Amino acid sequence: MIEAKNVNFYYGNFQALKDISMVMDDHTVTAFIGPSGCGKSTFLRLFNRMNELIANTRLTGECLVNGENIYQKSIDVTELRKKIGMVFQKPNPFPQSIFENVAYGLRVDGVKDKHFIKQRVEESLVSAALWNEVKDKLKKSAFELSGGQQQRLCIARALAISPSIILMDEPASALDPISTSKIEDLIHVLKKDYTIVIVTHNMQQAARVSDKTGFFMLGTLIEYNDTRKMFLNPEKEETQNYITGRFG
Amino acid sequence: MNKKTSQQIAFIIFRILGIFVVGILFWILGFIIYNGIGVISWKFLTEPPSEGMTGGGIFPAIVGTLCLIAGSSIVAFPLGILSAIYTSEYAGNGYIIKFIRIMTNNLGGIPSIIFGLFGMSLFVNTLGFGDSILAGSLTLGLLCLPLVIRTTEEALKAIPDSFRTGSLALGASKLQTVNRIILPMAFPNIITGLILSIGRISGETAPILFTVAAYFLPKLPTSIFDQVMALPYHLYVIAVSGTDLEASRPIAYGTALVLIVIVLIMNLMASFLRRKLKKY
Ligand SMILES: Nc1ncnc2c1ncn2[C@@H]1O[C@H](COP(=O)(O)OP(=O)(O)OP(=O)(O)O)[C@@H](O)[C@H]1O
Ligand SMILES: [Mg+2]
Repeated sequence: MIEAKNVNFYYGNFQALKDISMVMDDHTVTAFIGPSGCGKSTFLRLFNRMNELIANTRLTGECLVNGENIYQKSIDVTELRKKIGMVFQKPNPFPQSIFENVAYGLRVDGVKDKHFIKQRVEESLVSAALWNEVKDKLKKSAFELSGGQQQRLCIARALAISPSIILMDEPASALDPISTSKIEDLIHVLKKDYTIVIVTHNMQQAARVSDKTGFFMLGTLIEYNDTRKMFLNPEKEETQNYITGRFG
Repeated sequence: MNKKTSQQIAFIIFRILGIFVVGILFWILGFIIYNGIGVISWKFLTEPPSEGMTGGGIFPAIVGTLCLIAGSSIVAFPLGILSAIYTSEYAGNGYIIKFIRIMTNNLGGIPSIIFGLFGMSLFVNTLGFGDSILAGSLTLGLLCLPLVIRTTEEALKAIPDSFRTGSLALGASKLQTVNRIILPMAFPNIITGLILSIGRISGETAPILFTVAAYFLPKLPTSIFDQVMALPYHLYVIAVSGTDLEASRPIAYGTALVLIVIVLIMNLMASFLRRKLKKY
């Protein structure tokens, strides 16, 4: 379970998130929608503490994962990030072989068992629906893959270290419709084993893949509801306007 | 005048300027080769000078320069690369780091003769190394440190942040990210920077003047506390203070040619390595 309690977040003097509280349940897909610059990515990055890499930022409120405040002193950030995977907007494979890309998380975790690594790489590629396309060229550079394949490789890479939560920031925005639908199918399957949070600009995509949807605007969470309800009969007028394409 | 003709005129001016610059370069090269090629022989490359610098070869100076290149590389490369990694990957962008950056750039702008004086006072006298390969290498190493730091920083900065965030998001530590992803990617450009700074080192005269260079020393060095001859200083010596300047003039050109060829080989190696290592 992921929980935000009265979260405020600042880039310098600029407040990017304003008093956000929400709960995301295990084994659900939660989608974040909202106009550009409303703070979706910022909010997402709070949960694997990637915002810390940006200088001059400040957080108040609490971010809890399975009841534990992930910003308390005793938390080891690298351990946290092993449990909470992330897939970025632009595919960002490393300049290494396909195999090494997937094995990377295990290797930096100190796993030495070759047999285990091999097995885990295969499992992850299978889970990411990429295995059949790459099983004969695992030694090839990851850059030889298409954009869509690279993105699934990045998903496989995140899966390899067995996280429980996967954060996806517009994972399909740089992809063609076929690759996009592959990723969406994948999200459906992964939902059984993982808790997924996905940022998207594509309303249909949010409607297709998610159980719950949060609508953000100017740093506030305007509405958070079951996806079905959100798209058929939203409670707030702003949501209605945004979903139907009428910006307020 | 319409847009097209003014553009054409601009192009012509740029082209003339370009040809002019390249022309001067070739002129210098041609001049050195024309005057120097005559004395180049196996004997010239493998024997010490003789007959009051009007005959013989420049072997001790070649060896000396190679020693200094090696020595100053050992001094400058690890130090420079590590500080560049620190300033660009770890230190963030606070006031202290900005200050360090400005100071590094200033250090790079200090005339090399100042380095020579500093080296003499610190390494030769205070630390008591005497005129030696050690003192010369330390001085040259300091001299090219800013260049090494800057080129390494540039190489690291050229790596997009998406690789860093990608690695960190998988639970890698900063050190692992630098070691496994960033350094291998930046390596070709770092190497290029290093080799270019070697080119710089091999041509410097002022810093070695008071710290290592010998006027005439046919004996090869046996330890890092020995003095050596060096190509740029040797060139200076036979050009202005030999026993018979006219007679040693061809040798001066030959020495210049050898020096240029060494630098050229370094540059070729740099571009070869860069192409070879660039696999992403
Ligand atoms: N590194 C940063 N430094 C300063 N301000 C930032 C930084 N990153 C984001 N912001 C600001 O925070 C606000 C929220 O940005 P964020 O990237 O979270 O928006 P977003 O909803 O993901 O937008 P998009 O849909 O375009 O990706 C924006 O106003 C942005 O300008
Ligand atoms: Mg975003």
